Amino acid sequence: MDILVENFFNLAIMQSALPTVLTGFGMTLLLVAVVVPVGFAGGLLVALVSGARSRLLRWPMIAYVDFFRAFPPLVLLIFIHAGLPFAGIDLPAFAAVTLAFFLNTSCYYGEILRAGIESIGKGQMEAARSTGLTKLLAMTNVILPQAVRNVLPDLISNTLEVVKLTSIASVVALPELLYSAEMARSISYNASPIILAAGLYLLLLWPVVRLLSRLEHRLAA
Amino acid sequence: MNDWDRFVFSFFNSDVIEQYLPSIVDGFFLTCLLAIQIVVAGIALGLVLALIRSLKFTPVDLLIVLYADLLRALPPLVLIILFYFALPSVGISMSGFTVVWLTLTLVLGAFAEEIFRAGIVSIDKGQWQAARSTGLTHIQTLISVVLPQAIRITVPPLTNRTIAITKNTALGSVVGVGEILNQATTAQSFSGNASPLMLGAAAYLLLFIPVVVFGRWIETRFAWKRQ
Repeated sequence: MDILVENFFNLAIMQSALPTVLTGFGMTLLLVAVVVPVGFAGGLLVALVSGARSRLLRWPMIAYVDFFRAFPPLVLLIFIHAGLPFAGIDLPAFAAVTLAFFLNTSCYYGEILRAGIESIGKGQMEAARSTGLTKLLAMTNVILPQAVRNVLPDLISNTLEVVKLTSIASVVALPELLYSAEMARSISYNASPIILAAGLYLLLLWPVVRLLSRLEHRLAA
Repeated sequence: MNDWDRFVFSFFNSDVIEQYLPSIVDGFFLTCLLAIQIVVAGIALGLVLALIRSLKFTPVDLLIVLYADLLRALPPLVLIILFYFALPSVGISMSGFTVVWLTLTLVLGAFAEEIFRAGIVSIDKGQWQAARSTGLTHIQTLISVVLPQAIRITVPPLTNRTIAITKNTALGSVVGVGEILNQATTAQSFSGNASPLMLGAAAYLLLFIPVVVFGRWIETRFAWKRQ
């Protein structure tokens, strides 16, 4: 038991690692603040275009979604980080992570939002248009608010996944939460900083997981 | 060399491709092997936990909820790093393959438990009452009446979740598991050429495009109706 406490819950080591780990936590929050809105905006575009009537628009979008959903996000990130320099494009780590996340999360948000839009009856669009709203206004003011509400649990669940996924940025040495904790671990030869980081992830994400469970049970009932 | 030649030399170099194709193929099969073991063990774990929870024995339920919450809230990479780099200091050493298998099985188990649970809860009480009134026991009702109906509605979310988690096998490259990504990046750094990355990308497309298309088909086939 002592050896477990010594190696995993060592308060002295946690205290000395705290500034590093907190800086990393700040970077994780910044990353989330960038990649979630960017991915969501991309997803909205994907959803609108893949719901278009023209096949010329719809099919390339479906191909885009399936293509990028076939790659594990870490693979996209590594390829952008390690592969693009061979084509003369050398992105800084933060930009590489943002690009990889955009390519991945816009597909997932897009699929969810498309399902949401499809769940709204045709009558809503017809009624909105008949009041004189343009197609765009009808979409933004009538269809989308209802669509988002219908798929809210899926949107939250996907956002949770995106936040967890920011941990892969550590692989390209972006000093976010996991990277900072791993640094502190390798300096102190003690796993307590990782436990500290896990604690911060839990602090941020556990409430979201609880919320999701409640939403899902309400849907099932 | 003009720009086009340089591009082909860097990304589609036939000599490099020929040299590293065998290791990417090895990685492909290792990814498949790892994925299959995760899917089988994870779904079985989730189903067993959901069945235990349906018995409504509160202390055990709380433990299962705690497990499912933790594993759903923590990034898998954090767990992999913890298991691989930290557990040896308390005398538990596992290979990278075992660590990735264990982590992703536990993660899939947590998500699968929640999905099966939501499925079981969604079955109307009348089904339970009718089955019990014919003389079936609680367990018999669960297995023969409730589960077959519950599993039907869990298929789409479970398929999507399973696909997402199998793709996390790429995290194995961080702890030296020789799966596709690991083989591709190793070959890329040895050869100083990006062609192995293109091979790796092709391997992922070959493996996951059918899976993604299958997931799309499942979703329309078992349309998950929301009230």
